[in-house]
Amino acid sequence: MFLTVVKALSLGFMKSLEIFGLTLLGAIPLGLLISLASMSRFKPLSGLTKIIVWIVRGTPLMLQLLIIYYGPGIMLGNNWWGTGSSGRFIAAMVAFILNYACYFSEIFRGGIEGVPKGQREAGQVLGMTNTQIFFRVTLMQVIKRIVPPMGNEIITLVKDTSLVRVIAVYEVMWEGQSFIKSSGIIWPLFFTGVYYLVFSGVLTVLLSKLEKKLDYFKV
Amino acid sequence: MALLEVKDMRKSFGSVEVLKGISFSLEQGQTLSVIGPSGSGKTTLLRCMNFLEIPDKGIINVAGKTIFDAESSHLNDEQIRRNRLHFGLVFQSFNLFPQYTALENVSLAPRLQAKERPDFRANKKEIYEQIESRSVDILRRVGLGDKLSNYPHQLSGGQQQRVAIARALALTPEVLFFDEPTSALDPELTGEVLNVIKQLANEDMTMVVVTHEMSFASAVSDNVIFMDGGHIIEQGPPAQVLGDPKEERTRQFLRGYDK
Repeated sequence: MFLTVVKALSLGFMKSLEIFGLTLLGAIPLGLLISLASMSRFKPLSGLTKIIVWIVRGTPLMLQLLIIYYGPGIMLGNNWWGTGSSGRFIAAMVAFILNYACYFSEIFRGGIEGVPKGQREAGQVLGMTNTQIFFRVTLMQVIKRIVPPMGNEIITLVKDTSLVRVIAVYEVMWEGQSFIKSSGIIWPLFFTGVYYLVFSGVLTVLLSKLEKKLDYFKV
Repeated sequence: MALLEVKDMRKSFGSVEVLKGISFSLEQGQTLSVIGPSGSGKTTLLRCMNFLEIPDKGIINVAGKTIFDAESSHLNDEQIRRNRLHFGLVFQSFNLFPQYTALENVSLAPRLQAKERPDFRANKKEIYEQIESRSVDILRRVGLGDKLSNYPHQLSGGQQQRVAIARALALTPEVLFFDEPTSALDPELTGEVLNVIKQLANEDMTMVVVTHEMSFASAVSDNVIFMDGGHIIEQGPPAQVLGDPKEERTRQFLRGYDK
C-alpha cells in the first residue's frame, strides 16, 4: 500500500513541480516588464498597470483560477483553453504566471527604486551609457535587495501550487486526498505534507546560500 | 586662453530660478573655490557643469571650444555622455559602487571606455593590464595602495571619498569638480581628503571646489567665488574675497565662520 501511495503522490508532485518551475520561468520576465511599465513616465501605462496589479493582488488566486478557466467558455462562448487536462493545465499556468508576475513586479519595483539616485549619477558622470549603468551598476544592487522578498514569494508558490485542484489539475494534494474516497485512509493526505516540507526546506537552504553569496557587499 | 569658460548660465526648477546668470572662467592648473550659503545654487552649478541637469541658458567652453550652448544645440544622450568626459565630479556622498572593490571602482569606467578603442579587440589583454596598473598608481597617489581589494563598506568615509577622487581621476578629466567633498565626514577624516585635494592643486590639476572649509579655500584656491541667491556676488583671489570682501553680503556670510 505504502508503495502505491508514494507512487501516486510522486506522480502528483511532478505536476506540482512543473507548475512551480513554469510559473517562475514565466512570472520573472513578465514581472520585470510589469514593474518597468508601472514605473513608466507615460501616465496611462503606469496607471493601467497599477490597476491590474491591484486587482490581481487584491483577489484570491483561487478566484482568478476559476475565472480564467471558466470565463472564456461561459462568457464568450469559446473555451480558449481546449478540452481535457492539457487545457486545464494551460489555464492554470496563465493564472499562476499572471498572479505571480504581479507580486514579483512590486518586489522588482521596490528593488529598482531602492537603489540611490547617486549610483546612477556616479555612472553618468563617469561617461557610462544607460545600458552600462543598468548592467554594471544597478543590477547587482537590485538583485541583492530582492533576494529575501523573492524567497518568501517562492516558498509561498510551493504551497500555492495546491490550488490548481479547483480546476481539476491533479497535483500532489489531489492525489493524497483521492485515497480517502478510494481506500478510506487519510494518512496519504498527511503524507503530502512531507513533500511540501522537503521541497520548501531545500529551497530555503538554496536561498540562504544565495544570500550569503551576496554578503560580500553592503547596500 | 582660459581652459574653462562659462557664460550666463541659467537654470530654473519649475518657477524657481536657481541660477540667475553665472559667468566665470578658469585657467589651466587653477583651483577655484565656490562658497556661499545653502540654497545659493552652488550644487546646481556643479550639476549643470556635469550635465546631470541641463542648463536652460548659457554657454560652456572648454579650451576655446564650445561644448554646450543652450541656444543652438539640443544635445542627444550620446553627445551629453561625451561632454561629460571633459569633466569629473566628486560627490558629497561619495557614491562608490558598493559591489566593487576600490580598484574595480577606479578601473570600471576606463575599462568600459576602452571598448570604444579601435584596437580594443586586438590588444584587449594589454589594454586591461595598462588600465589596472594605472588605477593602482592613482589609488597609491591618494594613499590607498593597501586598500585595493577592500569593498566600500570596509573603508572609512575619508578613504571612500579618496577612492571616489581616484575614480574621477582615472578618466583624466580636464576639470575636476568637487561638491562639498568633506561635508559628510567627521572633522577627523576631513583632513585626509583635503590633503589629497591640496596635493592635486600642487600637481596643477584644474579644479572647482564647492566647500564650507574657509581655511582650506583660502590656502588652496587661486580664485574664490561667493554665490548667493543664484548670483555670483563677488569673485577674486582668496585674499580679497575672504580677507577683505567688498560686498556687505559676503562680509555677513563670512562672519558666520570662526576665522
